[in-house]
Amino acid sequence: MLERNPYIGGATVSRELHSGWTYSNCSYVCSLLRPEIARDLELPRHGLQVVPYGGGVTFKQDGDHFGNYYDHERQYREMARHSVRDANAYERYTADVMKQTRLIRPFLLRRPPDPTSLKWRDLRDLAEFAGAFTAMGEEGLADTLKFWTKSVGDYLCEYFESDVIKAHLAGSGIIGTALGVFSPGTAYVLLHHYMGDVDGNVGSWGFARGGMGAVAGALARSFQSFGGEIICDADVDQIIVNNGRTRGVALKNGTEYRADIVVSNLDPKRTFLDVMDAADLPADVVHRAENFKIRGSSGKLNIALDGLPTFTGLDKRSPLMLGDMHFSDSLERLERAYDDWKDGTWSQDPYLDMLIPSQADPTMAPPGKHMMTVFVQYAPPRIRGREWTDEDKAGFEKSVLDQIARYSPDFKDLILHCETRTPRELEAEVGLTEGNIFQGELTFDQLLFNRPFPGYAQYRGPVKGMYLCGSGTHPGGGVMAAPGANAAREILRDLRLPDIVPGGYADD
Amino acid sequence: MTDHDVVLVGGGHNGLICATYLARAGRRVTVLEAGESPGGCAATREFAPGFSVSSCAQWLNQLNPEIIRELSLEKHGLQWAARNLASVSLDAGGRHLVLQGEQLEGERLTARDRESYPSFRRRMLRYAKLLATACGTRPPKLVESNLADRLNLVKLGLGLKMLGREDMGELMRIILINMYDLMEEHFDSEQLKALLSLHGVLGSHMGPRSPNTVFGYLYHCMGEHHGYLGPAQVQGGMGALGNALAASARDAGVEIRLGTRVAGIDTRAGRVVGVTLSGGEQLRAPLVVSSADPVTTFEGLVGYRNLETGTVRRVSQIRYKSGCAKLHLALSGAPQFTGLDPSRLGQRLVIAPEMDYIERAFNAVKYQECSAEPAMDISIPSVNDPTMAPPGQHVLSAIVQFAPYAPAGGWEQHRASFTSSLLDCLEHYAPGISAQVVGAELLTPADLEARHGMKGGHWHHGELSLDQVMMMRPFPGATQYGTPVAGLYLCGAGSHPGGGVMGQAGHNAAREIIRREAAA
Amino acid sequence: MNSTSDDTMLLTTPFHSRVSRACELNAWGSWKGYTTPKAYTDVELEYFAIRSTTGVFDLTPMNKYRITGPDAGPFLNRLVTRNVDKLGIGRVGYTVWCDDAGQVMDDGTIFHLGENDYRLCAYARATDWLFWSALGFDVNIEDETAAVAALAVQGPTSCAALTAMGLEGLADLKPFGLAEYDFEGETLMVSRTGFTGDLGYELWITPRLAETLWDRLFEAGAPYLIKPFGSDALEIARIEAGFLQAGVDFVPAEEAVRNGRTRSPFELGLDWLVDLDKPLFNGRQALLREREQGSRYRFVLLDVDGNKPAHNSFIMKGRRKVGTVTSAAWCPTAKSNVAFAQVELPHGAVGEELVAEIYYQRELHWTRVLAPCRVIEAPVFNPPRRRATPALPF
Repeated sequence: MLERNPYIGGATVSRELHSGWTYSNCSYVCSLLRPEIARDLELPRHGLQVVPYGGGVTFKQDGDHFGNYYDHERQYREMARHSVRDANAYERYTADVMKQTRLIRPFLLRRPPDPTSLKWRDLRDLAEFAGAFTAMGEEGLADTLKFWTKSVGDYLCEYFESDVIKAHLAGSGIIGTALGVFSPGTAYVLLHHYMGDVDGNVGSWGFARGGMGAVAGALARSFQSFGGEIICDADVDQIIVNNGRTRGVALKNGTEYRADIVVSNLDPKRTFLDVMDAADLPADVVHRAENFKIRGSSGKLNIALDGLPTFTGLDKRSPLMLGDMHFSDSLERLERAYDDWKDGTWSQDPYLDMLIPSQADPTMAPPGKHMMTVFVQYAPPRIRGREWTDEDKAGFEKSVLDQIARYSPDFKDLILHCETRTPRELEAEVGLTEGNIFQGELTFDQLLFNRPFPGYAQYRGPVKGMYLCGSGTHPGGGVMAAPGANAAREILRDLRLPDIVPGGYADD
Repeated sequence: MTDHDVVLVGGGHNGLICATYLARAGRRVTVLEAGESPGGCAATREFAPGFSVSSCAQWLNQLNPEIIRELSLEKHGLQWAARNLASVSLDAGGRHLVLQGEQLEGERLTARDRESYPSFRRRMLRYAKLLATACGTRPPKLVESNLADRLNLVKLGLGLKMLGREDMGELMRIILINMYDLMEEHFDSEQLKALLSLHGVLGSHMGPRSPNTVFGYLYHCMGEHHGYLGPAQVQGGMGALGNALAASARDAGVEIRLGTRVAGIDTRAGRVVGVTLSGGEQLRAPLVVSSADPVTTFEGLVGYRNLETGTVRRVSQIRYKSGCAKLHLALSGAPQFTGLDPSRLGQRLVIAPEMDYIERAFNAVKYQECSAEPAMDISIPSVNDPTMAPPGQHVLSAIVQFAPYAPAGGWEQHRASFTSSLLDCLEHYAPGISAQVVGAELLTPADLEARHGMKGGHWHHGELSLDQVMMMRPFPGATQYGTPVAGLYLCGAGSHPGGGVMGQAGHNAAREIIRREAAA
Repeated sequence: MNSTSDDTMLLTTPFHSRVSRACELNAWGSWKGYTTPKAYTDVELEYFAIRSTTGVFDLTPMNKYRITGPDAGPFLNRLVTRNVDKLGIGRVGYTVWCDDAGQVMDDGTIFHLGENDYRLCAYARATDWLFWSALGFDVNIEDETAAVAALAVQGPTSCAALTAMGLEGLADLKPFGLAEYDFEGETLMVSRTGFTGDLGYELWITPRLAETLWDRLFEAGAPYLIKPFGSDALEIARIEAGFLQAGVDFVPAEEAVRNGRTRSPFELGLDWLVDLDKPLFNGRQALLREREQGSRYRFVLLDVDGNKPAHNSFIMKGRRKVGTVTSAAWCPTAKSNVAFAQVELPHGAVGEELVAEIYYQRELHWTRVLAPCRVIEAPVFNPPRRRATPALPF
């Protein structure tokens, strides 16, 4: 395994940028990581511990807030404080979203069938897929199709009347996505964030103890325990192709590694446009890679705090402090934040997904001190067509800090250090093209059998011996480990070796 | 004993088409129309002394030619003032883009645009053909499918496979996405990208960046599949089409009662029994067909209390927010568009210089505001049809996107300012036009709702977005024209395959009613 | 803003001060977010209070909706399967309500309090469904769960105890009847209803007087051997009496995630609640179709051999699995081993012999029993005193 950076993990990384503090610099919470893989690779034995955090809060501009409690009954009472009807409708909503979650989960650890293919394996998989759909019944199926084509805003309006409840729930429909809450297709993105689980609790999220780098660390140790070798500071220049098949890779420093099989964990754009030679590829692949949509939509702040900040109207001992915090209390504010992205600038009133993991994880900050992770949406890959400048970055940072400070009077005084990452930094440091956290947008033209491109969705590249295993393949990003596992299964199959990659757990 | 086999609510084009087919199949059909003239959205109205305009729909580019032929509409008075009109995307500097069928002209086009467009168009037409197949029949049920549905599904599946692997894959890639990205993939010229993407959002509450707009574009392309290389203009305005449809219907034996408003559709024990008119008169019939939109039909006419709760919830969740207004201007002379050859004045003129322009216009309506710089689809019908205006004078009719249904404070606060901002916008392309205005009328979505009884003023009777098409239109449980109320059918644009002046819903509904009632 | 999310801790009922004092076992559970006792002193003794003297159960957390307005009657008639027109003022009716597919959403009781004035008591929260159902009706719906304190007073001496408390003439109240009394200047509403299958009443009062009511009731009831009981004892009593429990014996229709897991009233043996002659109600068309085409399941009461409750058992016919048990209990008064089961049709006709596959363990030793059982027609506990009017003193 060759890694360009001096450290492994990619976007699943913990780094100490301020002495004594550990940052989950990119990804920051964990839910989608397939339990089947975590168990099979013995990640817990190799040091991974995922602690569920549960809950969240959206602060309102009027000083109140909506708390999303982990406990069902308490959540009911809190929702009822905002709308009794919504509190009750949430039970129907949960059941309806669970129907969709159950439909999609079994297909996460499967390669997507190619609907244009007439091969037996594709037809069989397609029939199974169709079977899962028809098992939902005529109305259930129509509801499913509606769900996949609807905006998260419209979908939530079918259940709820309270602005703050809709806004709180809508966040999952846009995270990491260059779409607004009223863009059709975002209800599916919501699903993408609901289909994970912690210990079988579908939809819940947790912290990796030690930061998200702990996931990468455990994976690395597992890999090494089976004899794998990791070489850091190895910047791949080119995948070597000879007579239509891969022969290995060449690094920028001239070193070459010979292998019959080369697997790229880079996004499709980097894979086909940077480390491969257009002459080695079919023209349509180059064309498709050029058109692959990978616009970044988010940035990130990691902040070292001298103490736990005070939030207006919220007790510091409240369980809500442990959850994800947001400051967008209406769908309209979320949509306007997206309008800024479309205009080619960062949101003046951004959507934040903010957590303070050091309240649950003692390894993140010195005792009594805290580490805050702030995911920020929206931030475009370029500012009105030009590159980000340091002034832009400062402006972006200010819009975020100011928003938090409006709800937390002592917040700014507690800041000891702040790492700000716009799409520019995400691309430069992690190699996420245009700063897209999913290695490719989660729109339908890039999902399932279309991910990354029609005809290449089964992890095999256009060149013999070359494979893709990154989030740019089905089922996409979010520290899920499924693309890698699915790719491994296809490679083993091509090598005529037994399939040792676990399938998904049955009915949830 | 009743005098009617079928009472049909609403004498719009779908209603009349449905009625005609039913009458030809031997049913005694009475059409009840609230307005004083037949046609619904196919209407002509004198909005200023001597100036007439197609007051709702202004172009004919989707009406299935088969229906025109079968109903002998040309024999019944349908005449064409112009056909296969070019679309001109206006440029303030006079460097216009002209699109007609496969022909593309414009000095700002690149070689790539000229090269890509024909193949792009041909591929889209192949998809439109498949879509037209799907639109030609009732939407099949997928789980509870019967033989007819399964045959339909097989036909569609084969049609998909017949596209060939590459085209099929491409269709399945782009079908759910937005015009913005698709245009970026294919073309350089902002004008071209904007013109095509406007086709994807016309009549809808979406911008070019909204996913599902490629579907909107393919839907628009069905017109070309039906042989309309460009929009057509009806002699005498769209009202003449309404009259031709009515004549054809009467010829088939349909009784049409104009100025007759239906106040309610009467039900008993989950079955329709007839209708009650606004005057209190009751008409009894075993079958009632509604060409009104589904929300008006179920909420307004049947009444939620006469339906089961699940149906009520389904109906109230139909999205019907419109963003379209209509501007009518009476002009003292022919307007002068910068750089536009006067011979093109009768063609379709479009203001949509870039995709971002349309998208910005759309932003406003999301928040119930008027677009500061709206997109427009303009017709000057008096050029091709002098009967529309006094000699030497002209009428301008424009579809304006976007305008909200209910701006803050109500429309009366905004009507004058929006009208004048529209004139400013036109002035930008046709300097001096404001001075020529002798009469003006703005129809907001709320006005269109009031005049034509379309909920939200939405000309498709409910957003035509992928979550509301095929087996989801208008809602599960009423997708094959029959409804949860026994004997009550839908035949309007709120049903598959939607509207525009297409007539397909009325045609499909009639076929379904005949089939089902024969089986019953 | 009058409350914050930090005030959303587990709720207590207006009787809590009294309930917690009586709850010697400190065996608490949560019922719809309220702190409620599973048992006070001893489940067996509490159960026998219901069957032999008087038991008292804090019913406050039950979801209660007040439905008023000119369309209150028509609204309810569209909502539920029974004909509400036949429910006179001062009467209570048990009913179920369905979704459009004819699948049961919940069961509960309708109290006809006055002209255009009803109370609907429901197991599950119903605000959302009531909201959608109310569109098109001139009706006002209020969730009065927290605004009305309620006690169930059940058992052979319950009438005597309540009469001793001052409720004169209560003995003449018919089953499913309503009466109103003055209590400390407020209205105390009494209904002859319950979930135990015995003589019993339910008391409804403003929360302000809840503690006073409890105290007066237990004072007056002492000679009649009154005793509070918790949810564990109630569970035995309701199975003995053949009462279904939503969420246990069926999945409320809109809470079901898996297609096909819901049940129609016919499939729950509740045909008698469905009035298909009513012109319109939720689920009617689907139920008419089901009548024509047949149901999938039958709900049966089983008398199981032996004394091991058939909890979670498969029901077999020969070697084939034909059903599953939803509720089971050894019934101490009827001295029989009862199970509720859903079996696939055509199985489950009265008298049919089936087999319950029962697993039980004693000191970590598991035993599998194939217990013969038969479908019985009526609940095993159904004493004449339940219906006798005037009510008997014990």
